[in-house]
Formats: sequence, structure tokens, C-alpha cells
Amino acid sequence: MRYGLKIAMRYLGASKAQTSLLIAGVAVGVFVFIFMSALIGGLAVFLLQRTVGDIAHVTVEAPSRDAVSLMGEQGDVLLVEQRATNQRTLLRTADAFLPLIEALPGVAATSQQIVGNGFVVRGQARAPVGITGVEPGKVSAIADIDGALISGTTELGNSGVVIGSGLADDLGIGVGQVVRLQSDRDVERTLVVAGIFEIGLDALDSRAAFVTLATARTLFDLPQGVSRIEIKLVDLNAADREARRISAETGLKATPWTEGNAQLLDGLRAQASSGNLIKAFALITIVIGVASALLLSTYRRRPEIGIMRAMGASRLFVIGVFVTQGTLIGLLGGLIGAGLGFLALSPFPVPELAPPGGLPVDVRQGAYDLAIVLTTLGAILASILPARAAARVDPVSVIGQ
Amino acid sequence: MSVLVEVRDLIKTFGEGEAETRVLRGLDLTLETGELSALLGPSGSGKSTLLTILGTLLKPSSGLHTMLGVDLAAARDAELTEFRNRHIGFVFQFHHLLPDFTALENVMFPTAVMAGRETASARTRAAELLERVGLADRMHFLAPKLSGGQKQRVAIARALMNRPELVLADEPTGNLDRDSAEQVMALIGEINSEEETTFLISTHDENIAAHCRRRILVRDGRVEG
Repeated sequence: MRYGLKIAMRYLGASKAQTSLLIAGVAVGVFVFIFMSALIGGLAVFLLQRTVGDIAHVTVEAPSRDAVSLMGEQGDVLLVEQRATNQRTLLRTADAFLPLIEALPGVAATSQQIVGNGFVVRGQARAPVGITGVEPGKVSAIADIDGALISGTTELGNSGVVIGSGLADDLGIGVGQVVRLQSDRDVERTLVVAGIFEIGLDALDSRAAFVTLATARTLFDLPQGVSRIEIKLVDLNAADREARRISAETGLKATPWTEGNAQLLDGLRAQASSGNLIKAFALITIVIGVASALLLSTYRRRPEIGIMRAMGASRLFVIGVFVTQGTLIGLLGGLIGAGLGFLALSPFPVPELAPPGGLPVDVRQGAYDLAIVLTTLGAILASILPARAAARVDPVSVIGQ
Repeated sequence: MSVLVEVRDLIKTFGEGEAETRVLRGLDLTLETGELSALLGPSGSGKSTLLTILGTLLKPSSGLHTMLGVDLAAARDAELTEFRNRHIGFVFQFHHLLPDFTALENVMFPTAVMAGRETASARTRAAELLERVGLADRMHFLAPKLSGGQKQRVAIARALMNRPELVLADEPTGNLDRDSAEQVMALIGEINSEEETTFLISTHDENIAAHCRRRILVRDGRVEG
């Protein structure tokens, strides 16, 4: 086939302008493919980062303590079950499970939390808050409170509280000022505002207060145990799998972020489908472009093909020459398009660091190898029809011309 | 001399039903090794059809066609392609060189296409042939850069590349001036006598036919006389 390759390359080299245009066309198609992959992938990362980045990827809680029938399968049992409404489910043995969870390879960070509701009281003003008690130094383990801090610090000390900017504005308080935190168990503590953050989520900015676990124990009258363990994963897309694994290894209830975010996932799936459709059109354009150019070449080279056949070239050899041309065009166009795509996308910051309003393209998700492979396969496919047409050229019909 | 090609009761028809045209009507012909023959006849007599059948580019509708003892009428396409490559050379009126290839590459083609690559021995043989036809200094010229006579000499060298037993030439000088035509015929005559290659030359030109030792006249699809 070395000789077939030589002829294919000679043919491509003989019409430099046409070949260059053809390869440029393929490269543009590949560029579109790569850009769409990077854009759709980047958009998904950006959306997930913005919506899921500051929440727990897996939440571990104690299993339900609802009543169950102990009568087994014998006979009919009529059971009226009322779910507990005032009973708190507590992880009493969190300390035992924590090393096991932290040792899992996909786990990036964990945070033991005591959560409950209460009020921030400042003079006559009262504002409802969700109180989260966290371990010292772990305020930012799940949501990046440190990164969103607009004043003060996240060091809580013995009597510090970190609150959102909305809440601070509502109550007219700033860092260093004293507030009273009252829990729904009617326990009250006087705390100093250590820091104010602004994440951009109203639920956190206006309704969240972070205190130490010790403060939360006092407020919610919990001498031991925690409400839950929040987990941040290295890959948030692995949440379902990791939740199942954690649940299997600990016997606890592990809930991935995907539960309760079905609409977001549907949106991302629809977005990915749209991207795939555009990429498919780009590939179809490449196939049609290569097929039409090679068909034209077949027609133009009919006399030469006829002579080759007369001189002893088999039909398979002729097919090989044209399929090799298609392969070279696809491969070259693919490599050039992928190279240009990488160069064009490289200056963009990754979506995790994209500035507000910036284009969230992700250079890592360009699918360069897939683009090259699919384009080469597409070009080979596109060359089969012209190659078969070339192999069918009757030497007798062209010799007299 | 031994029998190289034998055709008996060769019939070739084109089209079907009312459109059917019978071009060869029971043609008989024998070619012996080392012959230099002219194939003569008016237009439409069936010369070109006979030449393409002898060159295995076309199959007869019926009749016997053997060469070197091989029944070519019954052979499959792939077998005919290989047989043609090894045993038959062609020289056409319009030379039909590959335009993107040099004279040397054109001459090498029949060997390279079968071997799958241009071997050193093929390169040597092609260079010798080009020297033989007086084109040693034009070896690396692209085909379009050669004159009409030079192109036809390259075509003759290409036809001889695989040392075929039979060379079929269809009006090989039809597109050349008188001097070039005489040179080409002199070359064919030399090769025929030195290498015993059988030449069958289709022509309308009595001057060309005069170079040949045998005249075969085709009329109405049969060989006369």
C-alpha cells in the first residue's frame, strides 16, 4: 500500500489550492466541533460550579427512625404510621465514621455540622436564621465563605459568628458588634460578629449564621452527636456513586446533591444534546465536503484511472488510492483544526475561574482526540463512494479519449 | 516460432434486442511469438474491439481466446488484471501518461503497482528502458513537460517494463509528425527483433504498416484472407 500512498499524496499535492481549501474546510469543521465541546462542557462546569459549588455534594445523616412493623410476613398487618415531626435525628457516632469517610479517595473535605433554626436579635430587631455549627477552621469546608468574605474573618473563636451581608444589612450590624443568637430551643447566646460574607445566594447571604460546634451544642442543647456530615467531593459528578459507597460502608443515609436538583440536571442534559447535535452537523458537513471534492477528483481523473486499470492496477488498488486521500485529508484537517482549537481556547480561563459575564469555555473539554478520530473516520467514510466510483471506471471507455 | 495468442470464432455484440450491434462476427486469428503485425481495416471494422479483447480489457460475447495457453475468455476480472500486468503492454494513440508523474515514474508504474512499491530493480530497469528510447536526459521530467514524440517513447518504455510477450499498439503514431512517427516505428522494429516481443499495431497508415512483416486485414468483424 506504500505505492498507493505515494499516488494519493501526489494527487493531493498536484492540486495544492483545492487540497488546501479542502483541508481548511475540514479544519474549520473540527474547530467548530472542538469549540462546541469546550463551550458546552465549560458551560456545564460553570453552571454546576455556580449552583452546586457551594453546597455539599453528599450529605450523611442518621437513618430514619420511623416506626416499623415487627410482625414479619405472616398474616395481614394494618399499620398506621405517623412520621416523627419533633424528633431530631442525630448522628451520635459521627466520630467513628469520619475517618472512614475521609479516607475514601473521592472525598475532598468533610464538615460535621449541627444545624437548627433561630433568630438573630439586635436591639428590637429580630431576623430568622439558619444556624450552622461547624468545627473550628472548617467554615469554608463546603461553601467558600473565606473567598466570599467582604469584611472580618472566619476565625470564630469561642464566641464569634459569621453572617451574610443581607442579614448584616437588615440588622444594621458590622464586624465586631455584638448580637444575640436565640435558638428554637429557647437558648440564647451573646456573640460577636467575626466576619461578613457575600456569596450571591440569597438563602445564604440573608439567612445563614455560622458558629462553632461548641456554641451550637449550647444553643440546641446537644451534649453529643451532630446533625449531619457534609462532604465535598473531588468530582461532583461522582456524587451518586460516592453516596452509594458511603451508605454501603457506614450504614448511614447518604444523599447526593443530584437528589433535589433534577431540573438542573435535565437542563444540563438538554444542553449537552444540543451541543451534540451541532457537533453532528459539523461532522456531516465535513463528510459531504470531502465526498463531493473527491467525487470531482474522480471525475477529473477518469482517464488516468482507466490507464492505471489497463496497466494492471486492481480495483482494490484504485479504491485504496482514493480512500487514502480521504484519510489524509481527514487526518490533516483534524490535526490542524484541533491545533487551532487548542490555541484559540487556551487564552480563556477555566470556567471555575471565569469572570462574571465571561465566556465559560473549558479548554480541557475540547475533545481533541475524539474530534480527530471522528473526522478521520468521517473522511474515510466520505471517500468510499468516490473510491467505488473510481474503481468502476471502464478502461475501454477512456482509452479512446 | 510458437503460438502466442489464439482466437477462434470470436463474437462480440454490444446492446440488446433491436439495438444489438454485432461488431466481431466469428473472427479467427493466431499471433506467434516475435511477430510484428499491422492490424488494418476501415473504421468500424472491429479493429479497436479486437485490440481491447486481446488486451483483456473487454470480454468477448462468445468464442475462444487463449494466450500462453490460458483461457482468457473464462477468466475472472482479478485474474485478467494480473495477467494483463504481467504479459501484455499497451501503447495508445494519446500516450496516456500519468501527468503528475515523471517519465521514470510512469515507466515504473506497471511493476510498482503489482509490487506495492517502487523497488530499486524496477528503477534500474525503467532507467535502462528510457535510455533505450533515447530519453535518459528526460527521466525526471514530468510527463506534460515532454514533447508528443517523447511522450510516445515513454509510453513504449512503459509498455515494455514488465517484459511482456505481447504489445498492443493502437495508432501509436496517429498523433505524431512524420519524423517522430518514423522514430517510434524504428524503435518498435528494433525491440521486436532484439527481444522477440510480439507487436500488434492497429493503424490506418500504409507507411506504418510497411514497417510490419505481417498485415492483418479486418473487415465486417472478420479477418480477411
